[in-house]
Amino acid sequence: MDFVNAVILLLNYIFVPALAYGSQLALGAIFVTLIYGILRFANFATGDMMSFGTMFVILFTWYFQSVGISLGVFPTALLAIPFAIIFMVGYMLIIDKFVFKYYRTKKSPPVQLAMVSIGVMFVTQAVVRIIIGPSDRRFFDGEKFLIKAGEFKEMTGLNEGLAIKSTQVITIIVTLILVSTLFWFLNRTKTGKSMRAYSDNEDLALLSGIDPKKIVMTTWVIAGILATIGGALYGLDKSFKPFTYFNNMLPIFAAAIVGGIGNPFGAFLGGYVIAFSEILLTYAYRKFFMYVLPESMEPDGLVQLLSTDYKFAVSFSILVIVLLYRPSGIFKGKVL
Amino acid sequence: MRKNLNVIAAYSIMMGLIILVGIFQSWNIALSIFNLCLISAVMTMGANIQWGYAGLINFGIMGFTALGGLAAVLISVDPVQEAWSAGGSNILFSLFLIIAMVMAVRYILKNYKKSKSRTYIIAAIIILGIIIIRFISEPGIEAIEDVEPAKTGFLGGLGLPIIFSWVVGALFAGGLAFVIGKVALGLRADYLAIATLLISEIVIAIIKHEDWLTRGVKNVIGLKRPAPYEVNLQQTDWFINLVEKFNSSKLNLISDLAERQAALDQFVIEGSSIFVKLCYSGLFLVVVIILLILTQKALYSPWGRMMRAIRDNEEAANAMGKNVVKQHLLIFVLGSAIVGIAGAMLVTQDGLFTPGSYRPLRYTFLIWVMVIIGGSGNNFGAILGGFVVWFLWIEAAPIGLYLINLTTAGLDDSHFLKVHLIESVPYFRFLMMGVGLLVIMRYRPKGILPEKIEIK
Repeated sequence: MDFVNAVILLLNYIFVPALAYGSQLALGAIFVTLIYGILRFANFATGDMMSFGTMFVILFTWYFQSVGISLGVFPTALLAIPFAIIFMVGYMLIIDKFVFKYYRTKKSPPVQLAMVSIGVMFVTQAVVRIIIGPSDRRFFDGEKFLIKAGEFKEMTGLNEGLAIKSTQVITIIVTLILVSTLFWFLNRTKTGKSMRAYSDNEDLALLSGIDPKKIVMTTWVIAGILATIGGALYGLDKSFKPFTYFNNMLPIFAAAIVGGIGNPFGAFLGGYVIAFSEILLTYAYRKFFMYVLPESMEPDGLVQLLSTDYKFAVSFSILVIVLLYRPSGIFKGKVL
Repeated sequence: MRKNLNVIAAYSIMMGLIILVGIFQSWNIALSIFNLCLISAVMTMGANIQWGYAGLINFGIMGFTALGGLAAVLISVDPVQEAWSAGGSNILFSLFLIIAMVMAVRYILKNYKKSKSRTYIIAAIIILGIIIIRFISEPGIEAIEDVEPAKTGFLGGLGLPIIFSWVVGALFAGGLAFVIGKVALGLRADYLAIATLLISEIVIAIIKHEDWLTRGVKNVIGLKRPAPYEVNLQQTDWFINLVEKFNSSKLNLISDLAERQAALDQFVIEGSSIFVKLCYSGLFLVVVIILLILTQKALYSPWGRMMRAIRDNEEAANAMGKNVVKQHLLIFVLGSAIVGIAGAMLVTQDGLFTPGSYRPLRYTFLIWVMVIIGGSGNNFGAILGGFVVWFLWIEAAPIGLYLINLTTAGLDDSHFLKVHLIESVPYFRFLMMGVGLLVIMRYRPKGILPEKIEIK
């Protein structure tokens, strides 16, 4: 019985949250990797672009709530996402037209584009803060838990409860649908294939008659969808705060690089690698050992490998190890 | 002289703007802007020799600034004797163990060929070492943090004058840069940017969390000053006389003795804080000028030419027999050390160390905006960038407010749009910085004062 309790404990505090967090990171990492692979620069505005999309989700959610539209047990935000995506994609295309296009046609070095993306970061951040403010916002409504800890205990008669938030399930399901659609698109459709070709070898792709304008536009559209959904899911699960989104850029970058930058599937898995290692290394295992070990060997301390303050340290250490031993990432990305 | 006309013009305009602030707002504000401009200038010089001379991207400026600040604490705060006796030995022993661990890993790396078993042995040493160190340091840390947690709860520092920390801050930052450089400098430019960004976050996490060393988010306040204190100044005779002399024309207009005394007191209070700020300005100016002379000399020396050669064509420089890796490491360390000085200066000026206030936007990206706007590769440009951007950063709110009032003049004062816009005035500075950066990068990619290399 103790063993089952221990497993439930790990499921509750590590597996389920890490799976949800990993999905959110994965969406961001695919966003980074697509832009890196096709537009060829590290986008430092990632976090702020995600918060920009989420801002529209929140605004639409508020609007729907005010006119009385809701999805019942599901959060209203799910209904707002498609509308937010339209605005987000519009914003992305405007930025591309007025900012990035100039450098792309001039074939500026990637470093310069990365610098430009910092300018975009500042502007986006300002716009988000001016429109919606810097404070913490929750926009979740509907049924909060799929399984409550107490109910679970009653049902199974175990000591440990397993709480599954509906946002976690929504996150995982939406991510799976979105990512499989994306892979289907990249691998099976003509546009997707030409995107991959363009990413692989620009000159050859151009020679074979691929229209770069179309590729770039499709990339921004996909990026807009990913950023909005990824941001909205994170906001639903935790809460929306522009500063947190800006900081999320770091584990997202780590995930993209660990997976092999330029490789969407690698980025997808990289998200989970980062999420699981962050949570595994910063979780206090004391209770787990209390269940597993006999009473005489119970630990005194928290048995925590690293304090939660060192979340970023974990993602960075993984990054360094990967870069030292496999510079192209776990799954071969662009060799650097 | 003619060649430098635009430099002189740009700097005169800048000084004119600061003086205008002095006349229209107050000299106190003008001087605090000026002081922070000087500190920003030191930071931009550090970033500029990395980016402008060598083309290295360092997005870890925040981390080096914070390390400089840490140096200020560790140098100037008086040692906490009880804390040392409570847990000092554990900490020192852990430190010794860390050094031993690093030495052991280095020894193995040097003397054994690369193989799987070597990797495993190193991993085992590191993991075992961390466990042992935690085991030893834990009780020590707890004991230290229990010593009067509301007042101290940390080891304190050396109790030396805070000025020394400017050098020590440079050493700290340079040391960290050496370690980072060894690991990350081989990476491609944008990878280096991401790696340094992450490392700086880790440095901040450590400073925030290791309360025994830095008091963490409890902050260290009341650091010793290199300048006199306002309260003391207000009671010194020569200072009061000086203020009286300065304001004699105004004071003579007042005939009533009591009123005259009250006015004088007011002038003394204002004058004392201006005087203190002037002291800081003097100190900072000395640092800026020394660094400027050194960096200018370096720029035009054979070494500077070599750096530019490496920046512009790494492979060609390598083929000419220049050791690119070594030079990159050197310049990375030098630039970071300069940023470390700025970090120590910043904490010296504030008189307090608040780990929670280190945010990448303010301490990394803003500095980059300064370098790019001012003109990378040109020291005068970088310094000017520090001045212009910091000035705008501070004055953005008043300017934003003015613009909002102008554009919404037709609206009622209680109109929701106007109220909302006025509430969000602080964020207009981000907008200004972003637009400024984008415009400069597009239309004047080399900055306000572009790099100009003449063979002398």
